Amino acid sequence: MAVTEDRLFGKSIKRREDPRFITGQGRYVDDLKLPGMTYAAFVRSPHAHARIKGIDTTAAKAHPGVVAVFTGKDMTGVNSLPCGWDLRKEKGIPGVVQDLAMVPHMPLTSDVARHVGDPVAVVIADSQSAATDAAEKVNVTWEPLPAVTATDKAEKGPKIHDVPTGNVAFKWALGDAAATDAAFKTGGAVTVKKRIVNQRLVANAMEPRACVARYEDATGELTLWVTSQNPHVHRLLMCAFVLGIPEHKVRVIAPDVGGGFGSKIFLYNEEVVCSWASRKIKRPIRWTASRREAYMTDAHGRDHVTDAEIALSKEGKILGLRVKTTANLGAYLSTFAPAVPTFLYGTLLNGVYAIGAIHVDVTGVFTNTTAVDAYRGAGRPEACYVLERMVDAGAAALKMDPAELRRKNFIPKFSGAFNTLVAVTYDSGDYAGALDKLMQVFDYKKFRAEQAEARTQGRLLGVGFSTYIEACSIAPSKVVGALGAGAGLYESGTVRVHPTGMVTVYTGSHSHGQGHETTFAQLVADDLGIPMEQVEVIHGDTGQIAFGMGTYGSRSASVGGTAIKMSLNKIKEKGKLIAAHLLEASPKDIEYVKGQFQVKGVPAKAVPFGAVSLTAYVPHNYPEGLEPGLDETSFYDPSNFCFPFGAHACVVEVEPETGKVNVVKYVAVDDVGNVINPMIVDGMVHGGIAQGVGQALWEGAVYDNDSGQLMTGSMMDYAMPKADMLPAYVTDRTVTPTPVNPLGVKGAGETGTIASTPAVVNAVVDALAGLGVDHIDAMPLTAERVWKTIQAAKAGK
Amino acid sequence: MYPASFEYHSPTTVKDALGLMGKLGDDAKLLAGGHSLIPMMKLRLAQPKHLIDLRNVPGLKGVKEDGGTIVIGAMTTWYELETNAIVKAKCPIVSETASIVGDPAVRNLGTIGGGLAHADPAADMPATAIACNFEMVCEGPKGRRTVKVDEWFQGLMSTALKEDEILVEVRVPALAKGTGAAYLKFPHPASRFAIVGVAAVISTDGKGTCSKASIGVTGAGTKAVRAKGVEAGLSGKNLAGAGAIEAAAQKGAEGVDVQADLQGSVEYKAHLCRVFAKRAVEAAAKRAG
Ligand SMILES: Cc1cc2nc3c(=O)[nH]c(=O)nc-3n(C[C@H](O)[C@H](O)[C@H](O)COP(=O)(O)OP(=O)(O)OC[C@H]3O[C@@H](n4cnc5c(N)ncnc54)[C@H](O)[C@@H]3O)c2cc1C
Repeated sequence: MAVTEDRLFGKSIKRREDPRFITGQGRYVDDLKLPGMTYAAFVRSPHAHARIKGIDTTAAKAHPGVVAVFTGKDMTGVNSLPCGWDLRKEKGIPGVVQDLAMVPHMPLTSDVARHVGDPVAVVIADSQSAATDAAEKVNVTWEPLPAVTATDKAEKGPKIHDVPTGNVAFKWALGDAAATDAAFKTGGAVTVKKRIVNQRLVANAMEPRACVARYEDATGELTLWVTSQNPHVHRLLMCAFVLGIPEHKVRVIAPDVGGGFGSKIFLYNEEVVCSWASRKIKRPIRWTASRREAYMTDAHGRDHVTDAEIALSKEGKILGLRVKTTANLGAYLSTFAPAVPTFLYGTLLNGVYAIGAIHVDVTGVFTNTTAVDAYRGAGRPEACYVLERMVDAGAAALKMDPAELRRKNFIPKFSGAFNTLVAVTYDSGDYAGALDKLMQVFDYKKFRAEQAEARTQGRLLGVGFSTYIEACSIAPSKVVGALGAGAGLYESGTVRVHPTGMVTVYTGSHSHGQGHETTFAQLVADDLGIPMEQVEVIHGDTGQIAFGMGTYGSRSASVGGTAIKMSLNKIKEKGKLIAAHLLEASPKDIEYVKGQFQVKGVPAKAVPFGAVSLTAYVPHNYPEGLEPGLDETSFYDPSNFCFPFGAHACVVEVEPETGKVNVVKYVAVDDVGNVINPMIVDGMVHGGIAQGVGQALWEGAVYDNDSGQLMTGSMMDYAMPKADMLPAYVTDRTVTPTPVNPLGVKGAGETGTIASTPAVVNAVVDALAGLGVDHIDAMPLTAERVWKTIQAAKAGK
Repeated sequence: MYPASFEYHSPTTVKDALGLMGKLGDDAKLLAGGHSLIPMMKLRLAQPKHLIDLRNVPGLKGVKEDGGTIVIGAMTTWYELETNAIVKAKCPIVSETASIVGDPAVRNLGTIGGGLAHADPAADMPATAIACNFEMVCEGPKGRRTVKVDEWFQGLMSTALKEDEILVEVRVPALAKGTGAAYLKFPHPASRFAIVGVAAVISTDGKGTCSKASIGVTGAGTKAVRAKGVEAGLSGKNLAGAGAIEAAAQKGAEGVDVQADLQGSVEYKAHLCRVFAKRAVEAAAKRAG
């Protein structure tokens, strides 16, 4: 599909949701006020690992204003929170070496608390203060148990669940081990081995998680307002697995949601407990996480310890890649946890390179920490980081320019299919094209001259590249089903044309910052040739929307958008029948052009869209046998993933005295296929880069391995990137449409996060290369870590 | 984050405030800008039963001159110090220090009295207080007394202020001619508090020789301290001389009980004390002329 000047598709239209957000008129879960509202406060484990010897709720129950106190023992008939991804050999799931231990995760634990913040009781009261005060009066008798939090100590640590496999949750492998071994034995091969730690992150959405659960006794209906990226998934999991309540009697609404970054995909304890408790007390219950609770209980991201090896020919061809990763899953299996370090990770290790052989081994482990699950990028940033670091380390070993080495190994330009060695088939790509564009925008030669000059003055400048790929448009249901997913990953889209020609679009793709209300309206207005003002987009309500798998994995435009496009096609097909009838022409002679149905090539013989809409609802003069109404729903299940790619460059300056890293320049060239709204895509790229730079330099969730306490439990300790810590980015793009969907769009939600982390770390290593540094094991590259690296290099260690 | 419940009092004179303190004793806390106390209450690390708000006590706010001394009311905010003409003219390092406390929201509410009474080990103004030889005027039931800065900071979040006293004003000597001063910090990437901060006040004889050096160090230890070793290393030295400042700054961590935490090991923070001592002294010496 070509994108031309006169179309709305491709224009930077300002986000229609922003006026309400920036004037404080957004409506979030915590803004909801209902008659008879009660408030919940959770009693949480202060210990990383402790047996519960008893819970005394007497004093809490007697506290003024308290309505009820519940513990796990009260929640009879309630099941474990489900893990929606299976890894078992008997299911034929590829790569499984040791079956996933499906450990229970009770909404309120009643035997053992397994991480700091694990909820054990809930206090419900007439006011939030009363609930919080009374929660302090719940007296839990704890028997502290030894704990383990560190990824690389988990296997030998104290056992967290009563399963025969101990703290090893699963083992999984992908690729060809024998071919990889052979590649490493190739005569003359240069091999490099590095330890690569991808630290644990906290998502830190601006709005903390919240829910309001309202059970109405008269109708038996439960409404749950919840900060969710996927309200239908919440409803399905809660009804079918945990509470066993009828799905048609439950409505889940995710109103305005202030950011998710993955952390709001999952079904959490608190929303289940509030839903259950509302049925008990027959009053609405509200709970909003404090920032402290958010740090302790929102699913964390990343947390891999990897040993990676790369083998290269003397000429710089990548012969083999061998990766062994231990992935920390935390204390429990969060909703999609097992998929992240396996199918979203191993399958991306081919990168944009033609590699001789690849083998990856992953061990998932339990620790006494908050559960780890998808966090912006989910598995793909970890893969990209390993590969892009190893490519740089390889270039250093060969004393070859890192950009040159990349160029030597790129998969040549293609469209249609490129089969990787790690089970996925890329859709279309021009990887050298992206690097070429980057080099144009970022004057590389000039930089190297500046760098050499700076070195003579004792200044440490460095550049880092990242030529990345990612898998978006998640995902073909059949494929993910075969890989262990408990769900299909299609999307629904309804286009409802009203009698006056106004259009309401219902999408299963929830928007929590991405701007769907604008992008989808733009898509529809463009397709129908009507003003955007005539189009409204509704999302986030199971009561209004047919179904929805939600927003994650950069799938909204490509999967959700395509479902809408399919409905638009149906609307136009039906409209043609109506128009043909009105024009007394044959339907096959009717075409739809710029907002009107017309006889092919005869714009004067036409019926406007609005007239056809009215006729559909006032069918006096109407085709025989045709149903009235103009309202179409489609479900789109993609035939493949889409694979955006690009090339990023980061320039840093390191202060030799303190080790502080300053990001001086950042250039991003992304290829996300066709672009519906360039401004929104740029915004996604900007935010993503900030997150990725944040991981590289500042962010990191730290547990004390002895006490199991979370040391970075607030924004005073956990360093979020702030605007003044980042340079103005230069962004640009190439456009390689995907053949997978009719819109040609790939996905733009995660590119920045995936690409930027290795670019920054590569830049710091490059800055220190003159001192003999070729790698830094762990992130974030805090000033102290970099300073110590410099000291060690100077001491010749 | 909801604090435990408390009662709120809003006296309009220092005397009434002192009266309330006497009556309520340990159960009460003074409230100034609230930017240290309220976060602790929200985390329930502090659960005072009574808050005595000083914001409606007239006369505790603002800056005036008393001969060669700048008199700053305890309730004067960081923002006022950052922008006040007297402070900027007579002791600009105080404005400079105030201008890099936290973020605008913090500076619009946080006060110098609250900051010096709270004595957070990573707070900025304590270093400048030492370098500039602040005097703290405390008022109690028996009247006022003045405490010199070298007696003020006593340990982790503890000062010479007595439990029944209010810090009412801070007296700051104006910088003498031929004196330059600078405060530089290495901020925590999350909180922006000082991992290490060094304030230097340097007087020269006009020919580059240091006649007097006064150096305060904050952040690295449990309390802000005077860097006596650096001071001794500088006085009488010609600062233009190669390596003079660098050599003196080597004592930057002397007397600091450096604490390791997530932001740095003892070794690293001690190193930062030396680096920032050097940078602050260089900047101050340059300004001294
Ligand atoms: C996000 C954030 C970032 C910050 N960053 C920095 C930073 O970079 N550098 C920095 O130095 N500080 C920083 N602060 C702290 C801030 O400067 C505080 O406002 C200040 O330290 C305390 O002043 P306050 O007026 O807010 O005192 P309050 O919080 O009201 O009181 C603090 C304590 O002092 C007592 N107290 C207050 N006034 C008096 C008085 N007149 N007499 C006796 N006792 C009194 C109170 O009882 C209480 O115990 C930050 C704070 C926040 C929230």
